[in-house]
Amino acid sequence: MLLTTPILAGPREDLLAQYATAAKAAASAFSGFSAARGKTLHTQAFVGGKPDTPACTSCHGQDPRSAGRSLAGKVIDPVAVSVSPSRYADPAKVEKWFKRNCNEVLGRECATQEKGDWLTYMFSQ
Amino acid sequence: MTIPYRPLVLGFAAIAFSLVLLQRAQAGGSHFFAPVADPVVREECGSCHMPFAASMLPADSWQRMMGNLKDHFGDDASVDAETARRITGYLVANAADTGGRRYSDKLLRGVAMNNAPLRITELPKWVREHRKVADWEWKHKDVRTRANCAACHRDAERGYYDE
Ligand code: HEC
Ligand code: HEC
Ligand code: HEC
Repeated sequence: MLLTTPILAGPREDLLAQYATAAKAAASAFSGFSAARGKTLHTQAFVGGKPDTPACTSCHGQDPRSAGRSLAGKVIDPVAVSVSPSRYADPAKVEKWFKRNCNEVLGRECATQEKGDWLTYMFSQ
Repeated sequence: MTIPYRPLVLGFAAIAFSLVLLQRAQAGGSHFFAPVADPVVREECGSCHMPFAASMLPADSWQRMMGNLKDHFGDDASVDAETARRITGYLVANAADTGGRRYSDKLLRGVAMNNAPLRITELPKWVREHRKVADWEWKHKDVRTRANCAACHRDAERGYYDE
């Protein structure tokens, strides 16, 4: 009995739960994250950031299950959890890259809701 | 019964000789630059591009670069103070004019040490080595930028730059 919940909760799920708490605190209308919104965020082209990186897909590629490529030519492992199961286990790393990449693409930091949506999409992939 | 010692001795000699060659290639040659050994530096400085060998730039350059990671060639590469200290320590200790001197060889020739260049790809020696590389090669979609050493030097991540 005691074991049922902990089996599901890894550092990845803990992080998403933290984002959910923060998103709820920021907007009481918050009703959960959405993989569909996450997908839109991932593929949409923005104008606020750097011209050579309009979208997350500029580096991570169209298909989250395939490898991406940085501007300097370095291969980036897929961002979908199904093919990169070791991802998102280190909250500090996740936060660091959200900060860098959102600034690069959107020209601002991502909101907690956006981070949660994006992660939910990647967890589902 | 005669023991075939001759081939044996010759065999050992051959092995010893190739060991000498290997050592020369690794320690003295201008084509080997010891890859970054520190896992933190590999992680933090090797995610956007391959981790460049510390012995490719002088200590002053690393110090200058680490002083402004917020604007790192237009990217935000900043890390927390503790991590920055560790990375700086490693790069400075193994730089072209400190611990990495035996690798850097001629790479720093013609570099004014007091102006701390930030780009390996702008060192006079690097430019000279690559002057025969054609324009279309630099623009090739698998290359994109001069900093993408591994696109042309397949063993760059292991420190080898022969072509
Ligand atoms: C300029 C290239 C680039 C763009 C554009 C980009 N990323 Fe990234 N991203 C990287 C690199 C490089 C890494 C680190 C390498 C790795 O984790 O394999 C990374 C890692 C991440 C991570 C951390 C993964 C982990 O394992 O912890 C997240 C989260 C992330 N990116 C989200 C995004 C989002 C969201 C966008 C769009 C808003 C985006 N990225 C756009 C290059 C980019
Ligand atoms: C967020 C991505 C990112 C991270 C992290 C990063 N870099 Fe860079 N780096 C770049 C970009 C972009 C360039 C410019 C590449 C180009 O000109 O095509 C660059 C260029 C360089 C160059 C010059 C290459 C040349 O042209 O000779 C050096 C040296 C360098 N980085 C060292 C480092 C070190 C040391 C670290 C770790 C503290 C680091 N980088 C971390 C993105 C990054
Ligand atoms: C577009 C392909 C290309 C890229 C990218 C490239 N190189 Fe080279 N490099 C070459 C070629 C070709 C030669 C051989 C030139 C010759 O022999 O005339 C060479 C020679 C060298 C040499 C001398 C080795 C020798 O055998 O004489 C070094 C050292 C070197 N490159 C380092 C680098 C580093 C470091 C980077 C990344 C910062 C880099 N190269 C990026 C193509 C490239």
